[in-house]
Amino acid sequence: MSRYTSVTDQDLREMLGAIGAGSLAELFADVPEGVRLGRELELPDGQSEQQVFEHVSELAARNRHNDCEVSFLGAGMYDHYVPALVDSILQRSEFLTPYTPYQPEISQGGLQVMFEFQTAISELTGLPVSNASVYEGPSAVAAAGYLAKQETKRTKLVTSRGLHPHSRAALATHAAGYRMRVEEVPLTGEGATDPTALAEVVDDDTAAVFVQQPNFLGTVEELGELAEAAKRTGALLVCAADPLPLAILKPPGELGVDICVGEGQTLGNRLDFGGPSFGFFAAGERFIRKLPGRIAGETRDVDGKRGFVLTLQTREQHIRRERATHNICTSQALNALAGVIYLSWLGKQGAVELAELMLRRTHYARERLGLEPINPGPVVREFAVRVPDIDAVFDAARADGINPGYRLGRDYPEYEDGLLVAVTERRTREQIDRLAEVATPAREQVATA
Amino acid sequence: MTQLDPLAGEDTITIYERSREGRRAFVAPELDVPEVAVEKLLPDSVRRERPADLPEVSEPEIVRHFNGLSKKNFDLDTGFYPLGSCTMKHNPKLHERLAALPGHARLHPLQDPRYAQGALELMHGLQGALSEIAGLPHVSLQPSAGSHGELAGLLLTRAYHEHRGEQRTKVLTPDTAHGTNPATVTMAGYEVVKVGTAPDGGVDLGDLREKAGEDVACLMLTNPNTLGLFDSNIEEIAEVVHGVGATLYYDGANLNAVMGITRPGDMGFDIVHFNLHKTFTQPHGGGGPGAGPIAVSDRIEPFLPSPQVVERRGDNGAEPHYDLDYERPKSIGRLRGFQGNFGVFVRSYAYIRSLGADGLKEASEIAVLNANYLRARLAEEGIAKYLPIAFDRTCMHEFVLSGRGARDELGIKTLDIAKRMLDHKVHPPTVYFPLLVEEALMIEPTETETKERLDHFADVVRSILEEAEVDPEIAKAAPYTTPVRRLDEAGAAKRPVVRWRRQQDNPGDAERAKEAPAGGSGAM
Repeated sequence: MSRYTSVTDQDLREMLGAIGAGSLAELFADVPEGVRLGRELELPDGQSEQQVFEHVSELAARNRHNDCEVSFLGAGMYDHYVPALVDSILQRSEFLTPYTPYQPEISQGGLQVMFEFQTAISELTGLPVSNASVYEGPSAVAAAGYLAKQETKRTKLVTSRGLHPHSRAALATHAAGYRMRVEEVPLTGEGATDPTALAEVVDDDTAAVFVQQPNFLGTVEELGELAEAAKRTGALLVCAADPLPLAILKPPGELGVDICVGEGQTLGNRLDFGGPSFGFFAAGERFIRKLPGRIAGETRDVDGKRGFVLTLQTREQHIRRERATHNICTSQALNALAGVIYLSWLGKQGAVELAELMLRRTHYARERLGLEPINPGPVVREFAVRVPDIDAVFDAARADGINPGYRLGRDYPEYEDGLLVAVTERRTREQIDRLAEVATPAREQVATA
Repeated sequence: MTQLDPLAGEDTITIYERSREGRRAFVAPELDVPEVAVEKLLPDSVRRERPADLPEVSEPEIVRHFNGLSKKNFDLDTGFYPLGSCTMKHNPKLHERLAALPGHARLHPLQDPRYAQGALELMHGLQGALSEIAGLPHVSLQPSAGSHGELAGLLLTRAYHEHRGEQRTKVLTPDTAHGTNPATVTMAGYEVVKVGTAPDGGVDLGDLREKAGEDVACLMLTNPNTLGLFDSNIEEIAEVVHGVGATLYYDGANLNAVMGITRPGDMGFDIVHFNLHKTFTQPHGGGGPGAGPIAVSDRIEPFLPSPQVVERRGDNGAEPHYDLDYERPKSIGRLRGFQGNFGVFVRSYAYIRSLGADGLKEASEIAVLNANYLRARLAEEGIAKYLPIAFDRTCMHEFVLSGRGARDELGIKTLDIAKRMLDHKVHPPTVYFPLLVEEALMIEPTETETKERLDHFADVVRSILEEAEVDPEIAKAAPYTTPVRRLDEAGAAKRPVVRWRRQQDNPGDAERAKEAPAGGSGAM
């Protein structure tokens, strides 16, 4: 069905005349007979806007989304409130529809947004340079591995078992390409990265050590201790962090972290069944010419006016080609814009207030559930507990319109009965109490055991 | 000449400079649990001592700030955007409405697949459509963008060869390739070997035969290529590549030329990536998000990323359902978190449903018609001598001109022409790419432009050249009407200022950068 095109019969005649072609088919004369499709594509017929709207809406209605249930599901993406002004600004054509800002004179809006984004990420991570976004969290971890390889020329990467399973998997996939091997360090009995075990694994071949803050179980890691263990032999310390809890946690950059990357969904982005969101990549000053992706920099125009450009482009694929610091081209500019709008909305005090609210509700929830904690130490928004007869608890919760969280068994056989519970600012005390209510049989089993 | 613009000039201030202590937009939800002291919950060793220096701004001022910034952007909804290789076609508004439905926007990626059947069906449907368009039977939606798809393609190639016990070290790329191709080759642990271009603009077959050996893992190609030319020797190319056991990789950046006409799978390609943000109307967002799904042949399928969206047949006449399949023992593994950029899939799915088979084919036909028409208009007297076409053939969806005539005859460079276009409110083409064309201008109008817009662009080009015949200095100092004029890019790279800082905390980044050696302290 013809859509979004506008060639009339008269246009067609005039245009073919100007080209000197007799038909549309003539324009495809270079396509050899042997590779022509020679039939219609087998696809459903085109439909009107209304029909497509109704069909896709019907599909969407079959999904049980976070307005249909009380969800404690997190594990990497979280149900935070996104203020209306984010939606409104993101839908402006001037942000939604331009390409990457290759012509800075007519892209000052997008470039300044990148500069402001870099500033916010730099503030939260405590590292002086940030790029303008990468795809998302786990592939950002893999990008840090590639930087570490280029920087150190070493052959081994070490990950904490507290690193998100998707990050560990993505790192392994990418490392198979850039020819690094990956070793894993276990967690302690309290669900934190074990500094002693870490110190034993790190050696002269180690290019980088990867930890996560808070880690996958929600544990707030003692980054300072881990930095000491990780960096003895000159390896880089990479921290994957959620930027929102960083509002009240010591910035990784102040604790010896060389590179801080992460998933930015929690900053004003929707759940979207996993994307698009954005990843961020921040590092120490000495890595400024080694970062992946776009970086906006401040400068002046010929009249002396303040302006912004994409800078340090000699790192990038379109200039440096096979010697580029990374192959990334299109990243996540619009999602990063959501991030900087959201952080402006929260503001300096609001970010702290929001994180403190989560901190208190999360600790309340852990206590209220009364189950055996896997990670009894400090947590900010998420914690893990052992749930006897976890299947029954899930069934009871589902029947009550509650999604109790993420089952750890798939990724952590050692926590077969483990449940990861996320408590954002959207989960009220009343909802937490309801979750505790459906977990009563499990709690009673713990009490009688 | 300069238009007064209240948003330009020294009014350019960042959101941080708008900040005033005590202002705010956010009101926190009520604390409904005991107010335990934060110090009791977080030990000193991990607790932040001072808040991150985020801006303190009211909601009205946030809105004004970002609205003001938006007005300094040129965008596709405003005007013609013939950026070669980027396929800047119309982004239908319906797609934004569909992506924002709560069933999509509010769906958690780890929701039990039983309760995400609509999303999985949509993904499965998109996989099927992309498979049909590519002419290859299997699709993974996971890669986040084109370059991520390229990397996936080479990791798949490596897994395929290693599974056969073969160690291959080289990947061939044409000298006209997108920069992402060679960058990807290095990231995937291979060595780049360049293949030359023949006088007709296609792959130099002799050079290819010479370089295609048992140590070659893959040839990465786009067809039509970055010159906008369809390589008629594609069957022979595929034969040479397959003859040495290598895979043939299709960079899908130029797929918009051939939908429903020819398919990468039919041309002999083993692996294809799509740019959903080019061919399939995901708005580009000023640099993303995109998505880079891949389609592959049977022999590559076992190695596809995990998880895969699959349809499972119901037992005893039960309805089929959709699931995520993690049982993929030969898989290269995950490329990223979760299932990919789902919001992008919604838009591309809606696009394919809107157009159907004939609509997609028509999109390609009109894209090629528009490109050839504009090529003809720019070959007119008064233009062609300054901007000769690089390869004078029927083009596909885009074509490349050389600015060497304008440089030699008028003393203006391609960059000057591009900058002067900004004053005419059209976006310039891609410039200085591909590299083998001197002073290149790569022009891709797309199918969604009218003849009048194409005519207007041709008139703009003519007027810039005629103006330069009289006074080349005008173009050399352009633009004049934009929020800022030419910017000091060299200075920005020499003294990088990549974040805002408080003056009192720091004497200024420019000064700091001059003093600090490359291994600076990293202190904030």
